[in-house]
Amino acid sequence: MTQPENSLSAHDLACVRGHRTLFEHIHFTLTAGEWMYLRGSNGAGKTSMLRQLAGLAHPAAGSVRWNDEDIREAGDAYREALLFLGHHAALKEDLTPLENLCLAAALDGLALDEATALVALRRFGLKGREELPVKFLSQGQRRRVLLSRLLTRKASLWILDEPLAALDTRAVDLLGEVLADHVGRGGIAILTSHQAIPLPGGRELMLEGVA
Amino acid sequence: MNALLAVIRRDLLLALRRKSEALTALFFFVIVVSLFPLGIGPDPNLLRKIGPGVLWVAALLSTLLGLNRLFADDFADGTLEQMAVSPTPLGWLVAGKILAHWLVSGLPLVLLAPMLGLQFDLPVDALGLLTLGLLIGTPLLSMIGAIGAALTLGLRGGGALLSLIVLPLYVPALIFGAGAVEAQIAGLQAGGHLSLLAAMLALSVFFAPLAVTAAIRIALE
Repeated sequence: MTQPENSLSAHDLACVRGHRTLFEHIHFTLTAGEWMYLRGSNGAGKTSMLRQLAGLAHPAAGSVRWNDEDIREAGDAYREALLFLGHHAALKEDLTPLENLCLAAALDGLALDEATALVALRRFGLKGREELPVKFLSQGQRRRVLLSRLLTRKASLWILDEPLAALDTRAVDLLGEVLADHVGRGGIAILTSHQAIPLPGGRELMLEGVA
Repeated sequence: MNALLAVIRRDLLLALRRKSEALTALFFFVIVVSLFPLGIGPDPNLLRKIGPGVLWVAALLSTLLGLNRLFADDFADGTLEQMAVSPTPLGWLVAGKILAHWLVSGLPLVLLAPMLGLQFDLPVDALGLLTLGLLIGTPLLSMIGAIGAALTLGLRGGGALLSLIVLPLYVPALIFGAGAVEAQIAGLQAGGHLSLLAAMLALSVFFAPLAVTAAIRIALE
């Protein structure tokens, strides 16, 4: 599989909430095969930055560029390359994990056959729970359903907000493997976490807050 | 296009798993309409006069009942966020959601209306016209309602505000929808009223998804 050299870069990014500047003058460039670990204390603006990178929020200053094109202009091409998993589980309580996964793919305009979805769910340790409505699952299991999307949706850029929250150690290790696969295939990943991530070689960006 | 069908399928499936919500609005419609003949008494002339108006007002209120949940659930659990970062244009997904809303809460009203109209001693051709008017009008109600629902996303006490935003916008639909049936009963042509209603629907089909998309993007930021 040959993939064009993708790159994501931030130029002079800033975020302002009310009268407070959360961060400013953020520069970085990530190219294929690189991943970045975004760190900072609570309220430092990690989630705000991820939302700006995903195009959900407009930066107060600066720009985000995908393959040297502003993401607002890149539009659909950028969103096709992007998989953003946020704070929320984005699962429907009344539907089963399998239905949730297939419908999430369908909303993205992709056909996902049940066999592939089942493989993904089983890899994340949800064997035997594929047909159980999500409302009967624990927080950690819901997280695992959400993370199964990493295996079913082809995307070259992963933006993950607190992917390790509520996961047990086995799932954390598994996520490390999945991330290593992704980066090894030339993918780009950005994630935040308060736990240690079992994946070596990442760049680190510390948000320290602006006085 | 596939994504549009997928949203409709998803929302119908969700409505099916949680039947009570859709059924509540439907029974509300039936009961409100039935209260009028019981309260006013058996005066066929009076009933025939107020019938179309009562049915239309009940349809407006019943549509309003489920409206605040149109986007609120998806907003709360992050699905709306996923829709915004999806490669499928948000406008398509929104259009699918509005269409599903109409199938769940609008279409049953249209199907029930002729039966409920019998309580008001409406003649058969007036019943047909009432149903046709509602068939054009209820999608319009869903479209306008979706704009209000998107504008009040994430607000506390958004439900009351939603009624205040949406009900005045429903006035034209009410006037021309009920007016068509009244004109028919009075022996006048009803075509003009229906054409205006259809024109409003055509406008809203084009503009409502755009407006809703813009409102959702603001709510998500």
